[in-house]
Amino acid sequence: MNEELKFLSRQAALGTITRRKFLGRAGALGVSAAAANTMLASAVHAAGPQKGGTLRMGLQGGSTTDSLDPALATNTVAVNLIRMWGEPLVELTDDGGLQGKVAESFEASADAKTWTFTIRHGITFSNGQEVTAADAAAMLDRHSGEESKSGALGLLRDIKNVSTNGRDVIIELNNGNADLPYLMSDYHLIVQPNGGKDAPDAAIGTGPYIMKEVDMGVRFVAEKNPNYWGDIGHADTIEMLVINDNTARVAALQSGQVDIIDRVPPRTAGLVSRAPGITVASTAGPGHYVFIAHVNTAPFDNPDLMMALKYGINRQEMVDKILFGYGSVGNDSPINAAYPMYQEMEQREYDPEKAAAHFKKSGHEGPVLLRTSDNSFPGAPDAAALFQQSLKAAGIELEIKREPNDGYWSEVWNNKPFCTSYWGGRSTQDQMFTTAYLSTADWNDTRYKSESFDKLLIAARAELDQDKRKSMYADMGMMVRNEGGLICPMFNDFIDAHNDKIGGWVEGVAGFSLMNGYAAQRMWVTG
Amino acid sequence: MSLLLKLLAQRIALGLLLLFLVSILIFSGTIILPGDVAQQILGQSATPEALANMRRDLGLNDPPIQRYFNWLGGVLQGDLGTSLTSGKDIAESIGKRLGNTLFLAFWAAIISVPLAILLGLIAVRYRERWPDKLISAVTLASISVPEFLIAYVAIFFVSVRLRWAPSVTTINDSMSLGEKLHTISIPIAVLTLVVLAHMMRMTRAAILNVMQSAYIETAELKGLRMFTIIWKHAFPNSIAPVVNVVMLNLAYLVVGVVVIEVVFTYPGMGQFLVDHVSKRDIPVVQACGLIFAAVYIGLNMFADIVSIVANPRLRHPK
Repeated sequence: MNEELKFLSRQAALGTITRRKFLGRAGALGVSAAAANTMLASAVHAAGPQKGGTLRMGLQGGSTTDSLDPALATNTVAVNLIRMWGEPLVELTDDGGLQGKVAESFEASADAKTWTFTIRHGITFSNGQEVTAADAAAMLDRHSGEESKSGALGLLRDIKNVSTNGRDVIIELNNGNADLPYLMSDYHLIVQPNGGKDAPDAAIGTGPYIMKEVDMGVRFVAEKNPNYWGDIGHADTIEMLVINDNTARVAALQSGQVDIIDRVPPRTAGLVSRAPGITVASTAGPGHYVFIAHVNTAPFDNPDLMMALKYGINRQEMVDKILFGYGSVGNDSPINAAYPMYQEMEQREYDPEKAAAHFKKSGHEGPVLLRTSDNSFPGAPDAAALFQQSLKAAGIELEIKREPNDGYWSEVWNNKPFCTSYWGGRSTQDQMFTTAYLSTADWNDTRYKSESFDKLLIAARAELDQDKRKSMYADMGMMVRNEGGLICPMFNDFIDAHNDKIGGWVEGVAGFSLMNGYAAQRMWVTG
Repeated sequence: MSLLLKLLAQRIALGLLLLFLVSILIFSGTIILPGDVAQQILGQSATPEALANMRRDLGLNDPPIQRYFNWLGGVLQGDLGTSLTSGKDIAESIGKRLGNTLFLAFWAAIISVPLAILLGLIAVRYRERWPDKLISAVTLASISVPEFLIAYVAIFFVSVRLRWAPSVTTINDSMSLGEKLHTISIPIAVLTLVVLAHMMRMTRAAILNVMQSAYIETAELKGLRMFTIIWKHAFPNSIAPVVNVVMLNLAYLVVGVVVIEVVFTYPGMGQFLVDHVSKRDIPVVQACGLIFAAVYIGLNMFADIVSIVANPRLRHPK
C-alpha cells in the first residue's frame, strides 16, 4: 500500500483528520471509494479500541411485555440487554471454546460429576456489593427450583447439590457431564446479588454497563460501569431501540439513526451492503430451518416415506432462494460445523429417482399434508412451495396448509404431525440432542424415540476422552439423519449490519447474532 | 334553551349507554377468545397445579357475570387492574402510551384539519377550475395509496436520502418539545396525507350544497367577494357534516394508526395493544379496548352536540 495512504488512514482512524477528508484524499490518490473504506476499516481496527461516545443499536424482537429478569429472557433484545448489565459464570470464546467471566476458573472431577467454579477475586456488583460464591449458588438454586419459570430450568435438572467453599462454588451432578461449563454460559444464568431471589428484574450485575433508562419494547439506555473489572465496554453510553419492522430497521441504519442492526432480511442484504459506509456481516451459526415429522405417527412412522421426503428436497435451491445464499445446506441432522465436536458426514443430495423408489416401496397413497405459517421461519410458505415442486418431480404430492401465525407455536408446532419450524441451535451437541432428540425431552418435536440413541447420549455426556466423544456424536448425528423425522434443508446465517462510525467488528464469532450479543460492548465509536 | 339542554343531556346519556354496551361486548369478546386464558399465559409446559393457581388468581372460577361486574366496578373507580405479564398497574403503563398517541394525533390534527378545510374552501372558490381539480387529484391519490407505502416512500426520500428527519420516531421524556416535533415530523406528514382527502371532500361537498341557496345569491347580488361569501355565509351553515367528518378522522388518528406506529417505531397505544394481545394479557386488552371505544364514542358525541348547537332546526324535531 502507498505509504501516504497508510499514513492518512491511520490519521483518520485516530480522528486527527475527518473520514470525509480521508476519502477525498484517497480519491485524489486514485483509490476507489470502496477500497478506501475497506482500508479505513482495517486501519480503525489496527488503531485499537477508542473510548467514549454513544453507540446506538436497532434490534428486532422486543415487546412491551418483556421483563428484565434474566430467567424470563426469550428474545434477542433481552439477550443483548443482559449482556450489558450482567454476566454468567463463564462465556464462549470467539471460536466456541470457554473463558471465565464471573468465575475466573473451573475444573471437573475425573468422572465429570463434581465441578468447581472459582469466583473472580474482588469484583463487585453495580450496587457496590462484592460478588460471593453464595450469590452464584443462590442463582443456580433460583433457576433450578421446582417453582422456577426460568428458561434454563431444563438445563439444570441433573444438579444434585450446590455448595460453597470460600470463593468456590461446587456443583454435584447425578450423572457425569463434561459439558457443564457450557451450560453455565447460558444467558439466563446471570450472577445477581443473592442469585436474583430478592429483586430478579433489578438489572444489578457485574456487567460493563449500568441500565439508566428502561422502556420495555421501546428504548433502553445504558451507561458505562466505572468499576467494571474487564477490558470490554468502550462506548460511554449504549442506546438500544427496539425496531421490529424490517424496513424501518434497515432505514434507521441507512439514515444514520442507529449504528448497528440485527436480522437484515436476506432478500435485501445484498442491496443494503451496496450502500456507502455500511457493512453487512453474515455469521454462520447453529440455527436451522426445518420440516419436522412425528415419526411415531402415521404416515410418517413409515421409514420409506420419510426417506422419500428426505431425498425429495432440493437443499441447494432452498439456500439460494430462501436464504439468498446467506446460509449453508443441511443434512437432516441438527449439527453443523458450528459445533465444537462436529464430524463431517456424507451430504444427502436431491435425488427424485431415489425418492420415487422409496415412495413406491412405502406403499403410501395420496398426498402428504404439511402445515406452515409465515412466522415458523422467514420464507417458510415459499420453502414449502419449493418442497412441493421438488417432490412433484418424484411423483409425490405434497398438500400445503397455511396456518395463522397467532397460536402456531401452541397449536401446530410439537402438536401436529408435519410442519415447518426453526431451531436456534445450542452451544454443544449434547444440549441440542438433549433438548430435542432424547426420548423424554419435552421439545422432542419429531417424536424420535430410540433407546440406543438415549444410551449413547448419556454415555457421551460423561466421556472425557475427546476423540471417543467426537465419534459418539458422529454416530448420533447419523442415527438422527437416517431414522429421525427431521428434514433439515438449510442452516441460516445471522445477518447483521453496521455503519462506519463504529469499529471493531469481529467475523465469525460463535454463539448468537451480533457477536454473540457482545457487539455493543466490544465495538467502539470511531467518530 | 331548556329544550337544547334536554337534547344535550339525551345525547350524553345515549353515549354513556353505548359505552356500557361496548364494555359488555369487549368483556365477552375477550372471554370467547380461543383457549383458556391461564393455559395461554403459562404455555404448554404448565403443570395442573400452576394452572389451578393461575385460574384462582385471575378469578376465572367465578361466573362470568360476576367477573364482569367486578371488572366494571373497578373501571368506574379508575382501577383498570394489573397486567398479567408485567404485574404493573395498567392505568400507569397505558397512561404514558396514551399520552404519546394523543401527542401524535394532536399535532397531526392541528395541521390536517385547518389545511383540509382551507383546501375545501379554495376548491369551492375555484370549483371546476384547475385549483379544484389539482386539490382533488392530489388528495384522492394520497388516500388511495396504502399508508404504509406512503410511509416507506417518505422514509426513503426524506430520511435516508435527504436526512432531514429521523425514520425511527421513538420519543422520550428527555427530549424538548422542538426535538419531539422534529422527530415525529414524517409521521405527522404521512397521517395528514391520509386523513386530508376525506375532510377536504366533505367540506367541499357540504359548502357546494349550501351555495345553491337563495341567500347566497342575495349575497352575490350585494356584491360581496366570493371568498367572504363562502367563509361567512356558506361555511357556518355547512358546519354540521364537516364536524362529523373531522371527528371521525380525529378518532382514526387516535385508534387507527397502528400501522404507522409500527413503520415509524412510535411508542403509542397500537403497538402496546398488539403486544398484549399476542401474550393474551386480557386485562390490558380490555382496558385498551375500552379506552379506544370511549375516544370514538366521545368524539362522535361531540360532533353530534356541535351539529345540534349549530343547527336550530335539529332543536325542533317534528
